[in-house]
Amino acid sequence: MTKETLFKQGAIWAFIAVELAFFTIAGDFLSTSDKSFMDFDNMLLLLKQSAPIGIIAVGMTIIMINGNIDLSVGAVFALAAVVMLDSMTWPFMAALGDWAIPLAWLFALTTGMVLGAINGFIVWKTGVDAFIVTLGSMLGYRGLVFMYNGEQPTSHLNWTLVDFAEAQFLGLHTATWFFLVCVLVLWLVMTRTVHGRNAYAIGNNREAAVNAGIKVGPHILLNFVIIGFLAALSAVVFYSESGSVNPNDGMLYELWAITAVVLGGTKLMGGYGSIISTLGGVIAIQLLRKGLGHIGADTETVNLVIGLILIAVLILDRQLNQKGKQELRT
Amino acid sequence: MSTSVTPVLRLDGIVKTFPGVKALDGVSLTVMPGEVHALMGENGAGKSTLMKVLGGIFAPNEGQIFIADEPVQMTSPLQAKSKGVVFIHQELSLADELSVAENIFLGELPRKSLGRVDWLTLYDRTDRILKTLNVGFNARTRVGDLSIANQQMVEIARALTVDPIAVIFDEPTASLTDAEKSVLFDVIADLKGRGVGIIYISHRMEEIFKITDRISVLRDGQYRGTLDTAHTNEDEVTQLMIGRSLDLSRKASSHEVGEIALEARNLSCGSLYQDVSFTVRRGEVVGFYGLVGAGRTEIAETIFGLREPSGGEILLDGQTVQFRSPIDAIARGISLVPEDRKGQGLVLGMNCRDNMTLPQVGDLVAGPFVSDGAEIAIFDQYRDKLDIRTPGWRQTVGNLSGGNQQKIVIGKWLSMHPSVLIVDEPTRGIDVGSKAEIHNLIRDLAAQGYAVVVISSEMPEVLHVSDRIVAMYQGRIICDFTAETVTEDNLIQAISGIDPRKVA
Repeated sequence: MTKETLFKQGAIWAFIAVELAFFTIAGDFLSTSDKSFMDFDNMLLLLKQSAPIGIIAVGMTIIMINGNIDLSVGAVFALAAVVMLDSMTWPFMAALGDWAIPLAWLFALTTGMVLGAINGFIVWKTGVDAFIVTLGSMLGYRGLVFMYNGEQPTSHLNWTLVDFAEAQFLGLHTATWFFLVCVLVLWLVMTRTVHGRNAYAIGNNREAAVNAGIKVGPHILLNFVIIGFLAALSAVVFYSESGSVNPNDGMLYELWAITAVVLGGTKLMGGYGSIISTLGGVIAIQLLRKGLGHIGADTETVNLVIGLILIAVLILDRQLNQKGKQELRT
Repeated sequence: MSTSVTPVLRLDGIVKTFPGVKALDGVSLTVMPGEVHALMGENGAGKSTLMKVLGGIFAPNEGQIFIADEPVQMTSPLQAKSKGVVFIHQELSLADELSVAENIFLGELPRKSLGRVDWLTLYDRTDRILKTLNVGFNARTRVGDLSIANQQMVEIARALTVDPIAVIFDEPTASLTDAEKSVLFDVIADLKGRGVGIIYISHRMEEIFKITDRISVLRDGQYRGTLDTAHTNEDEVTQLMIGRSLDLSRKASSHEVGEIALEARNLSCGSLYQDVSFTVRRGEVVGFYGLVGAGRTEIAETIFGLREPSGGEILLDGQTVQFRSPIDAIARGISLVPEDRKGQGLVLGMNCRDNMTLPQVGDLVAGPFVSDGAEIAIFDQYRDKLDIRTPGWRQTVGNLSGGNQQKIVIGKWLSMHPSVLIVDEPTRGIDVGSKAEIHNLIRDLAAQGYAVVVISSEMPEVLHVSDRIVAMYQGRIICDFTAETVTEDNLIQAISGIDPRKVA
């Protein structure tokens, strides 16, 4: 790792450290709670709460490195949740007892992969920009959610499932484990496998990738299948615990995921980025939300501050990058 | 040079440092009125940095710029322009969808009341400027419809909206054909006649000796001297630039040529080129020479599977082949070093090793993961073989010099053990020293038994590296020459559409 990348990938973690310090100190003066912000249980909870967006953000990272974007993840998230919860009420599933759980998960994850594959296939075969394609599918998939159950929430509570989702292993919650495993696996995929290497190459210079004989289309398709799977996995993990999904759930998730990815330093135009930095971006956002809540700010203020920080970070990033771009003599 | 005439432009002891690098170390340059002053130096010698200081993009750490003996502080290219110093860049910065007039006066369109554009004045002023340039288009032409050469003329016209006292041409002929160049040289001669001082940056010796009065040379950020063009020669300039002399004479091939590796029979591709037939044998370099747009690159793209031919056939080792994509072509041992190195050849954000192994990374796996060791082994092998100068494989390719970048692209293909190597404009934008190395490399590859196709717009290059030369004109092969029979005159005739054998 060169000094430059170390610096870039370290920036988000430095930002997290600043946040922690700020909220700990500010909390001492402003918080009504007598608990300290850095409380261990509080931090564990923070990781658990960042999991739903985090799992999607990991997928968004590989999509963006590849030079695309996926705006439909929120709708896929909702539809996968509906499929999982509703399928458990089907007569043959109910008859299976707890064996219905893995089957319901399978249905939900398959739904996610199929929806992702549809996006990827259209992007590959038509060459239409992923932004437009997934803008369309975002509306379309959300439409499917409403067609399924109208304005009504879809609910099914299975206590075995709830117990599983609320379990803690080595102190970490189930959702946190899923999130961290996703980070690890996708990090390996992007840094160590052929698919990851080629995804970077395609995002950085598609023409050069074609000229090197890389099969661009299949790589794009695979990435969309992965993000579809991850959006569904995020839903599965979250709704196993809550047991009820509203047709509007998951709205704006695509934007939160993109925010986390961009905060982590991945470039919108593709070719650059890292899964680990996205993990940092996800944690940084969740810290801000929790921290601002801790010192008594309301939700509206939280969104305003996150928005301002995102823009400030990108301006800073631009400044730093431009400095680095001055004439390198070789 | 007499001292009674005031120089139009004088740079005095310019120092510019970047963290860790002294990019310019006390460089001075004086441009007299009506003088064409060449600025030469290898890539990285500091030419661009010096021009950026002159254009106000970089502030110098030390030194002073004088315009007509007045000390000035340059803060931006726009401010430089207002002082009569204008830049004509290698890369065009035009808006395709706008008219010629709008492009020329972009940002300073003549106005009427309420912010309305005064179109009549605009077109009138533009046409007056265009008339002095003697071009074949008018103020209302859409820029996107113009050829690259004419677009360059628009850039020049833009420079003439002020009364310039100094004009800087940065590699202006990089994408121009010989005919288009001569138009450009006429414009330069005209400016010169009006007493404008001209700085001319180029790697091309031929042009430098044709049009310049004096030559200043930079090396490693330092001023190396100024020569009178009339009293020097290429050797002296080259020595000053690289500190040694170069042998550019033709090397006779000392090896036997083998079987036919690649053959095209009556190959056509719509309006791009028609009825093209040629053969390339193992151990042979075949040069394709012609004007830009003659169809040479398109033929290469067809052979590489990027274009579908509309007729004819391609044979590899005597077998007809049909490629649906570069994947098929690569699998059959064809490789293409493309014309646009940065846009088509390299993934600039990636490191040297990853670029080198890009086409075969799928085969370098151990279990589910890419094998670091296998990749580094390939990189090391071709770094040594091609003498690629980089601090290490982790270096981002975008930070290498043009010559080393080109070697990475060539190494990438050699590591695939191809049988046919097509090199499109092998030395475009590459400094003199690396140029010779690339030429030698191409000769060596032929000697090792590769069938090599070289496409080039530079006559000395084609003459230097090729065993046979195919001359093209407007999508057709006019004739082909062997290295023994070719003359420069014949070649020039052929690429203008005249078959010299029929004339004789």
